[in-house]
Amino acid sequence: MNKIWAIIKKDIITELRTKELFSSMLLFALLIIVVFNFAFGFSVEILNLAAPAMLWIAFTFAGVLGLSRSFALEKEGNAIIGMLLTPTDRSLIYAGKMISNTIFVFIVGILTVIMFILFFNYSFLTTLVPLLPIMLLGSIGFVSVGTLFSAMAINTKLREVLLPILLFPIIIPVIVSAVKLSGQVLDGNSVFAAGSSLKLLVSFDIIFVTACAVTFEYVIDES
Amino acid sequence: MMRRLLFILAFVGIIVSIYAAFIYAPTEPMMGHIQRIFYFHMGTVWVATVAFIIVFIASIMYLWKGTRKWDILAFCSAELGVLFLTLTIITGSVWAKPIWGTWWTWDPQLTTTFILWILYIVYLVLRSSAGNDTKKAKYAAVFAIIAFIDLPLVYISVRVMRGISPVVFGPGGGGIAPEMMNALLINLAACSLLFIVLLLERIDLERMKDTLMQFKLRDN
Repeated sequence: MNKIWAIIKKDIITELRTKELFSSMLLFALLIIVVFNFAFGFSVEILNLAAPAMLWIAFTFAGVLGLSRSFALEKEGNAIIGMLLTPTDRSLIYAGKMISNTIFVFIVGILTVIMFILFFNYSFLTTLVPLLPIMLLGSIGFVSVGTLFSAMAINTKLREVLLPILLFPIIIPVIVSAVKLSGQVLDGNSVFAAGSSLKLLVSFDIIFVTACAVTFEYVIDES
Repeated sequence: MMRRLLFILAFVGIIVSIYAAFIYAPTEPMMGHIQRIFYFHMGTVWVATVAFIIVFIASIMYLWKGTRKWDILAFCSAELGVLFLTLTIITGSVWAKPIWGTWWTWDPQLTTTFILWILYIVYLVLRSSAGNDTKKAKYAAVFAIIAFIDLPLVYISVRVMRGISPVVFGPGGGGIAPEMMNALLINLAACSLLFIVLLLERIDLERMKDTLMQFKLRDN
C-alpha cells in the first residue's frame, strides 16, 4: 500500500510543479466543447440531444491526451528504469500509475462538467451530483485500459499516435454506458432509469482493472 | 505428404461446396437465389470465429511460455481471421442490399462484428509494428487478450444502446430444408479446410522469414 502511495505522491508532486498535463487536458476539453458548439450551429434542440455525447467526447479525448503523457514522462528521464529496479511487484506499479491517472482524469472530468453546466444552463444541484459517480466510474474504466496501453504505446515506433487507436475500440462499452447514463441525468431522470448501463459500466471497471493489472508485467518488463 | 493431401482436400471441398450452394441446395422461397450466399457467409464467419479464438489462446500461451511458435500462430491466425471476417462482411452486405434494402444497418450483431473487425486490424497494426522484436510482440499478445475479453461487453453495450433487438436465429432454428443444412455443413467443412491449409502455409512462411533472418545475422 505504501508503494502504491509513493507512486501516486510522486505523480501528483510532478504534476503540481509543472501543471503541463492538467492545463493542456483542460484546455483541450474546453476547445472540443467550443468546436462542437460551432459545428451544431448553436441550435438548442440538437444541443440537448447531443449534450451527453459531447461531454464524453470532450472528456475521453482530453483523457487520451493526458494518458499518452503519463508514461512519456517516465521514459524521458529514464525514470521508468529506476521504478522497475525497486523491489516492487509490477501490479503495484500499475495500481499506482492507474490511481494517479484516474485522479487527474477525474479532476479534469469534474471541471469539464462544471463548464458544461455553465455553458448549457443545466441545474448544478440535480446535474452535478449524480454525474460525479458516473464520471468516476467512467474514468476508472477508461484509465484502467489506458494506463496499460500508454505503457505499451510509448515503446513502439508510432508512440503517442498509437494510443487512441488502441484505446477507443476497447472502451466502447464505457462510452456507450456512460453516455446513456449521463443522458438520463441531463434529462432529469434517475441514474437507475438507464437499464443495465450502470451494471455494464461497473462490470467493465472490475474486469479490466483486474485484467490489466495481471497483464501489465508483460508490457513493462525489461524496458 | 500430409500437407499435399490437405491441400487437395481443401481444393475439392471448395468445389463441392460451390456445387452444394449453387446447384444442390433448393432455392429459398422467400428470398430467392440471393439466399445462396448465406452458405459462404456462415462458412467464413465460422472460420473467423475459430481464428480469433486461436489468437486468444495462442496469445495467452505466448505470454506464459514465451516461445516464438505461439507468437507466430497468433499472428498468422489473426491475419486469416481478418481476411475471413472481411469476406463475411462483404457477403453479408451483398445479401442485405436486396433483402433489407440497404448495405449496412447498425444493428447489434453488425455493429459488434464491425468493432471486432477493427479490433483485430488494430492488433495487426500493433503486431507488424513490432517486427521481430519479441518484447513488442508481447504487446500484441496483451492487446489480443484484452480485445477478446472486451467483445462480450461490446455486444452487451451495443444492445443497451439500441434497446432490445430481435434475434435472427432463435434456438429453434426455424425449420430449414435438410438439403440446405447439408449445403451449410459442407461449406463449413470446406472453409475450415481452407483455413487450415492457409494457416499452415502462413506459419511456414513466417518460419522461413525467421531462418532467413538468422542467415543474414550470421553473414553480418
